[in-house]
Amino acid sequence: MTGSKFEFIQGNIACAKGAAYAGCSFFGGYPITPSTEIAEYMSEYLPKNGGKFIQMEDEIASLGSIIGAALTGAKTMTSTSGPGFSLMQELIGYACIAEVPVVIVDIMRGGPSTGLPTSPAQSDLLQAKWGTHGDHPTIALVPSSVEEMFTETVRAFNLAEYFRTPVLVLGDEIIGHMREKIRIPDPGEIQIINRTVPDNSGICPLPYASDSGKPACIPNFGKSRFHVTGLNHDITGFPTMDPAIVARENERILAKIYEQREIVDKWEEIECKDADILMLSVGSAARAAEEAVKTLRNKGIKAGLFRPLTLWPFPKDTFVKYAERAKYIIVPEMNLGQLKTVAERFTKRSKIIPVNLVNGEPISPEHIISVTNYLNI
Amino acid sequence: MFDYSKYLRASKLPHIWCPGCGHGIVMKSILRAIDKTGWEKDDIVVVSGIGCASRLPGYVDFNTLHTAHGRALAFATGIKLAKPKMHVIVVSGDGDALAIGGNHFIHACRRNIDITTIVFNNGIYGMTGGQYSPTTPDGDRSSTSPLGNMEPEFDVVKIAEGAGATFTARGTSYHVPQLDNYIHKALMHKGFSVVDVIEACYTTHGRVNKKKYPSNIDMLKFQKDNAIPIEKAKKLSEKELEGKIITGIFCEKERTEFTEKYQKIIDSFSGGEK
Ligand SMILES: Cc1ncc(C[n+]2csc(CCOP(=O)(O)OP(=O)(O)O)c2C)c(N)n1
Ligand code: SF4
Ligand SMILES: [Mg+2]
Repeated sequence: MTGSKFEFIQGNIACAKGAAYAGCSFFGGYPITPSTEIAEYMSEYLPKNGGKFIQMEDEIASLGSIIGAALTGAKTMTSTSGPGFSLMQELIGYACIAEVPVVIVDIMRGGPSTGLPTSPAQSDLLQAKWGTHGDHPTIALVPSSVEEMFTETVRAFNLAEYFRTPVLVLGDEIIGHMREKIRIPDPGEIQIINRTVPDNSGICPLPYASDSGKPACIPNFGKSRFHVTGLNHDITGFPTMDPAIVARENERILAKIYEQREIVDKWEEIECKDADILMLSVGSAARAAEEAVKTLRNKGIKAGLFRPLTLWPFPKDTFVKYAERAKYIIVPEMNLGQLKTVAERFTKRSKIIPVNLVNGEPISPEHIISVTNYLNI
Repeated sequence: MFDYSKYLRASKLPHIWCPGCGHGIVMKSILRAIDKTGWEKDDIVVVSGIGCASRLPGYVDFNTLHTAHGRALAFATGIKLAKPKMHVIVVSGDGDALAIGGNHFIHACRRNIDITTIVFNNGIYGMTGGQYSPTTPDGDRSSTSPLGNMEPEFDVVKIAEGAGATFTARGTSYHVPQLDNYIHKALMHKGFSVVDVIEACYTTHGRVNKKKYPSNIDMLKFQKDNAIPIEKAKKLSEKELEGKIITGIFCEKERTEFTEKYQKIIDSFSGGEK
């Protein structure tokens, strides 16, 4: 491909470059290991290219600032890790109900609390889904490589803009700090989606007018006048307590994503079709799982890997298809069983074999293979 | 007579505020001050947090944003930095601005970002039913200080100045013409400006302190009787000023404004390094 650029970079830098590729023009953040390189990159890239970077006073302020900036029309991002992600929870719900597109990158580390600041973990898989209060839609993408840190960040912006909702990118310390060679796509090579904005000026009477299953079409501040609130609101954008409207709108912000699964779903399947041992794994743990699958296949054992790149919403139909025919479901993850609870919802508990590690070290292929030794296959 | 209809969203009225609440007085003062600026409505964003005061944005015909408790300044900072041509006004209760939002408040002061913050300082958490706030007077009863408030109060103006705000003023909901003037000056000021407005909430605060504030009207009278203009206050001792409300413009100075400085850095690169 002409003009292609290969770079040997860290996952965090690939994430920042992906944001730039997607057109991110505003970043608000607060330093935290192991995510800080993203903020550092943006602090130089943005002002040099007409954008804005600001280091806010905490993670709550960081997310607040990017929601505010997004309401003016900017594509915005913040990055953080466990403790900061916990602080952001209230405003994640705000962006959901007010339908403001933002990208939140969480480079996961060991926890709870300050935990293991410099070590990898997959500690926030469920917090990403359930962290903020109230029923709300969640889109969370989980890259497994430096290249995917780039491409999934671009996809995060596209989904945020398309659905008008916050999109989470869950990296981890391994993916964030590891270096790999990646090809930076040429401009235009990956399609970039921009939000639809109504074309009226003056008062915008119905910024939240939308059919079931569709995002609202809200103007940008500075062109037409309207109201945004975190209270339940009707299609005018103003608060309401009318039970019928509250129910309809609460359901719409879920349906706009869950009824368009073909747009949001993404997974990778490796040798799943005839797998007796099906692995369910994401992020850096999935790299070990992939190795384990190869080794087992070489030994003649029919192993496969189902790896959601969109973890939330969970691509359950395809998972169930493979899980039903498999004899065992192995779930390797760097926590004490968060992804396992998902597997349990969709397949027989007795088939599930968890592989967990929370000591700050990565899961190894050998560790995964060791649990297959006594299986009856 | 000032024509408020140009700025009010008539269909959203009546407002939620109790009869006698100070918030309506301050809202009208803000609208008169905005009118004097001559700014286009499309170019104005009014941002609030959560609380009775923070319901204001819903009633006024600008770009309006009702955020989360304490976070108005975080959102406002993003708006102003992303789109500096917007005139950004933050309206916030004393709890909203100074307790849960206190960290954002001091950092906005420090940045000297061109935002005007009006603190609707009724010395109580009105919306949640009258718990003591960082500005509840010493000894006053509230639903969480039934034995009298044991915590000392914040001086909003001093905090703002200490943290770097370049315009600070204090008014009351009784001295309305002066308040119009302070708010107008704050809006016209380039940099972070703060107007601390002492007002009253009889519903949740006055009612449980009947000796001090027998009625709604007495709460306004309290402002009238205890306000001392800053010029006069300078001649009085600390003892004489105890319990008084010092009003006026406290500071008005020039210092580099954040978004302008940022734009200069951007401009130094455009056309240059990419
Ligand atoms: C995170 C969070 N904590 C607490 C509350 C509850 N709450 C709502 S308004 C409020 C206090 C409002 O007081 P103030 O800011 O002084 O405004 P007022 O109602 O007096 O105008 C509180 C504590 C909330 N909404 N969100
Ligand atoms: S409770 Fe107090 S602050 Fe709230 S509207 Fe009533 S008088 Fe105003
Ligand atoms: Mg108050």
